[in-house]
Amino acid sequence: MITKRKNHLLGDVIPVIIIAAILIVLKEFKLISTSRLLILQYIGLYSIFVLGINMVNGYLGIFSLAHAGFMASGAYAAAISSKYFFKESWMFPLILLFGGLIAMLIGLIMSIPSFKAKGDYLAIITLGFSLIVQSFLQNWRFVGASKGINNVAKFTNIYWVYGCLLFAIIIVRKFINSKYGRSLKAIREDQVASELVSVDVKRAKTIAFAVSAFLIGISGALLVHLLGYTSPSAYGYTNIVDGLVMVYLGGMGSITGSIVGATLWQILIQTLKNLGTWRWVVGGGLLCVIMIFLTNGIFGNKELSDAIHAIRKYFSRSKTNKTISEETTK
Amino acid sequence: MLLQQFINFLQLGSIYALAAISFSMVYGIAGLVNFAHGSVFTIAMYLLFYASTLLFKITSATWGVFVLSLMIASLGTSIVAILMERIAYKPLRNAPPISVVVSSVGVGMLLEYLALNLAGSKAKRMPNLIPDITIDIAGTTIPLFKIMIIVIAFIAMIILSLLVRKTQLGVAMRAVSQDKTAAAFMGIDSNRVITYSFIFGAVLATIAAGLYGSAYSIFAYNVGDTINWWSFIAAVLGGIGSIEGAVLGGFILGGINVIAPMVLPVSSYKDIVAFGVLIFVLLIKPTGLLGKNAAEKV
Repeated sequence: MITKRKNHLLGDVIPVIIIAAILIVLKEFKLISTSRLLILQYIGLYSIFVLGINMVNGYLGIFSLAHAGFMASGAYAAAISSKYFFKESWMFPLILLFGGLIAMLIGLIMSIPSFKAKGDYLAIITLGFSLIVQSFLQNWRFVGASKGINNVAKFTNIYWVYGCLLFAIIIVRKFINSKYGRSLKAIREDQVASELVSVDVKRAKTIAFAVSAFLIGISGALLVHLLGYTSPSAYGYTNIVDGLVMVYLGGMGSITGSIVGATLWQILIQTLKNLGTWRWVVGGGLLCVIMIFLTNGIFGNKELSDAIHAIRKYFSRSKTNKTISEETTK
Repeated sequence: MLLQQFINFLQLGSIYALAAISFSMVYGIAGLVNFAHGSVFTIAMYLLFYASTLLFKITSATWGVFVLSLMIASLGTSIVAILMERIAYKPLRNAPPISVVVSSVGVGMLLEYLALNLAGSKAKRMPNLIPDITIDIAGTTIPLFKIMIIVIAFIAMIILSLLVRKTQLGVAMRAVSQDKTAAAFMGIDSNRVITYSFIFGAVLATIAAGLYGSAYSIFAYNVGDTINWWSFIAAVLGGIGSIEGAVLGGFILGGINVIAPMVLPVSSYKDIVAFGVLIFVLLIKPTGLLGKNAAEKV
C-alpha cells in the first residue's frame, strides 16, 4: 500500500503546538514537579530517537540494530564539542548539529553493508557495529574510557527538547512524502520489483540511514546535555532493546506511532520505578502481551491524521446513507 | 604453554559451539531469532546451581551429582521452553517475523529479571561438578575438567547429529526447516516439530550451561546476555540453520577469544576483532560460511 499521503502538515503540527503551550504553562507557573518535568523531557528526546529508528526499521523495513552506535557517536561528539569548543549556552544549536552530523557521517558508512546483506545477516552486522562502537569507547582514554565523560554542561531544557522534536517531525514528514520516502516504502514491500521500476535502491538506502542516524545523533546529544554525563555502558544491550521496544510498540512506519511508543514506554518505565527490578519483569510481560494482541504495534502504519480523515469520512458517509434511506422510505 | 592455549581454545570453542547449536535449533527450524534463549541459559545455570548444592548435601559422588543435576535442570528448562513457545510464540505463528522477535525480547527480559529477583543480584559460585584432578600431558599439567568439557561437548554434538540425520523426528525437523507448507503436505505436524526443537534447544543449552559452569564457576543473573549474543553471532557466521556451521562459528569465536588477547595490547579489543571478522565474512559471503545461497525469487 504505497499511496501518497495528503500533506496534512498543519494537522500534525497543531497538536505539537498545543502540547508546547501546555508545557510552557506547566513549567513557567511551576504546576509540575521537577521529576515529572524530567519524564517529559525523556519522552521528548526518546521520541526523536524512535523517529530516527523508524526511518530504517519502519519505513525501509530493515531489521537494524545500529541505533545504539549512532546514539553513542552523537552523544560523544556533542559532549566533546561542548567541552572543548562550544562552551557558551547560546552555542547549543551548534552542539546539537555537530552531534547529529557526526552520527550522520557514520550512518552513511553503515548504509554500505545494507546494499548486499539481508535480513538476519544485516541485523548481525548492525549489532556488531553497535557493540564495536561501545567497545571502542570503553578503551579510548581521551573520552575517559569506561568511566565516560563527566561534568558536561546541562544545556538541555524542555524547550530545546520539544523544539527538536518538532523539527524532527517536520523532517520525517517532508521526507516520507517526497520521492525518496515513497521509494523507501517501495523497497520495503518488494526490493526486486522496485528495482524494476527504476527505484535507485542504493541511494534511497543511503539517504534513509543518513537521516535516521542524524535524528538519533541529535537525541543522543540532547540526552548527554540533560544528564550532564555519559558512559559507554549506556549504549549497549539495554539501549538496543529499549529502542526496538519503543518502535515496535508504537508501530512501524508511523510518526504518531513513534511518539506514542516512546511516551508509553517511558511513562511505564518511570512509573514502575518503585517496583525496583520487578519493573523489568512487568515490562517484559506487558511487551509480550501487547505483541500478541496488537501484532503490528499500537498504530501499525497509520497516522493520527489518517484517523481524523477516517472519522470525517465516516460521518459524511453516514449522513449520505441517511439521506438515501430517507429518500427510499418516501 | 602452547598445548595449554590449544586446550583453552578447544574448551571455549566447544562451549560456544554447543550454545550456538542450541540457538540454531530453534533459529533454523522455527525461523525465529529467539532473544529469550539467553535467559533459558541463565535459568539452566541457576537450576544447576541449586540442584547441585542440594545434592552435594546428600552425597559426595561428583559424577552422580553432575548427571542428576543436569537431568533436573534439563527438565526445568524444557518446561520453560515449552511454556514460552505455547504462550508467547504460537499465537504469532502467522504474524510478521519482527513481532515475534519483539515478543521474544519481552520474554527474555521477563525471565532474566525474574531470575534476578528470585535469586538475588549477588554473583553465585557453582560447586565443582567435575572432580578436581590434574593430569600431565608432555610435561604440562592440565586440569581434568577442561578435557572432560571438550569430550562431553563432542559426545553431545555427535548424538545430536545422529538424531537429526537418522531418526524420523530428525527428518521431520529438516523438512520443516526447508519448507513448512510442503512439510505439511507430507503429513508432518509442524507445530509438534517446532515444540521438539524448543525442547532440544533447551536441553543443549542446559548441557552448555553445565560446561560453562564447570569452566568459569562464578556467574550472575546476566550470564545469558553475552552467551546469547555470542551464540547468535556464531550461528550467523556459520550459516543459519546449519549445525556444522554453528560448530564452525563457535570454534572460530573461541579461537578469536583465545588468540586475540595474546596478540593485542588490550584484551578487551577482542570483541572488536570478533565483530570485525564477522562483518568481513558477511560482506564477502552474505549467507555465512556454510550457508546456502538462496536463489532470489521474483
